[in-house]
Amino acid sequence: MEKLKVSIVGASGYTGGELLRLLLFHPNVEVKQVTSESFTGKFVYKVHPNLRKVTQLKFSSVNELEECDVLFLCLPHNSSQNKIDGFMKLAPKIIDLSADFRLKDSQEYKKWYGHDHSRPDLLGKFVYGIPEIHREEMKNANYISSAGCNATASILGLYPLYKEGLVEEDRTVIEVKVGSSEGGNKVNEGSHHPERSNVVRSYMPTRHRHTAEIIQELSFREKINIHFSATAIDLVRGLLATCHLFLKENLEEKDIWKIYRKYYSDEPFIRIVKESEGIFRYPEPKLLAGTNYCDIGFKKDELSNRLVVISAIDNLMKGAAGQALQAFNIMNGFDEKTGLEFPGLHPI
Amino acid sequence: MKAECPVCGGEIELAEGTVEGELLECPDCGTELEVASLNPPKLNEAPQEEEDWGE
Repeated sequence: MEKLKVSIVGASGYTGGELLRLLLFHPNVEVKQVTSESFTGKFVYKVHPNLRKVTQLKFSSVNELEECDVLFLCLPHNSSQNKIDGFMKLAPKIIDLSADFRLKDSQEYKKWYGHDHSRPDLLGKFVYGIPEIHREEMKNANYISSAGCNATASILGLYPLYKEGLVEEDRTVIEVKVGSSEGGNKVNEGSHHPERSNVVRSYMPTRHRHTAEIIQELSFREKINIHFSATAIDLVRGLLATCHLFLKENLEEKDIWKIYRKYYSDEPFIRIVKESEGIFRYPEPKLLAGTNYCDIGFKKDELSNRLVVISAIDNLMKGAAGQALQAFNIMNGFDEKTGLEFPGLHPI
Repeated sequence: MKAECPVCGGEIELAEGTVEGELLECPDCGTELEVASLNPPKLNEAPQEEEDWGE
């Protein structure tokens, strides 16, 4: 079988590097070009040392990009939308890993990102990139917009309950604890090791941009409201979303189990983690490093209608590159697990 | 023969030769279960010692 030729625009960042790591081992893929304006002409292993002796690829400039079958965009936010016409001429299929095409409504985009979208006419053309929710649309899609990492963990944790209409839709509070790689590879004062190390830093108590995606994807009837906060903790990879929601009915845990089974029992990358004994009773991000899993657990408060839903992912994998590769597999008719079967490490 | 996990509602296949009082684990929620009866098939949570996590 002839391999698909793919290229990555913006491959020197953490997401681009992670995606390259995955694509280099994909049996149906030939990585044609990877771009970086800062590292043009340099071997990729100079930036991604884990790829030493894995590939002899060098970074190209975006101006040197040639036609390919699928183009992955790993650019900073607000970049893809300004260059999208040129990219669309180079490849019939595009997967954008930035936030530029996640929202369907240009007014919502302006509300959360603080400026007008430069190509609002294209917002409806991108399929939102969570395969568990949009798999059928992906099969015929040419353009996919990968979801935000915090949004991915939150949406996957809450989706079955919102879809079934079981939740008081304006009261859900989500607290996400995130690792440092979520902030990308650009340094700032806050990322300086003595400052970043050991932090429990409440960096976005309100108005996190991923809130808009969660609202968009969980509004099955009327538009819902979500209360989202993010806290930076001393992890490199991984995030844990703790969602506090209030059930309309006083369901038993067995009922909740059945709902999650209904939606996720056939999903290859979703695991329900809820045990009454042992060390890892609920989802634990460190076990997911390098994997494409989203682990979801829950606990019903016996004294109220509160249900606590806990979900964990590797932000660079299920929250970015892994999710994008899963979508790529679906959109090209490959087994969606291809290149994504690493089960993680233990101990780690 | 199939039985339902009393904790998570998961369906559990009871192997041939299963006897009353036998202990098994639910493959979904990991709970240790005791076969309370075979006709009809019924499982109960096996008694556990409470763990002190010191938290």
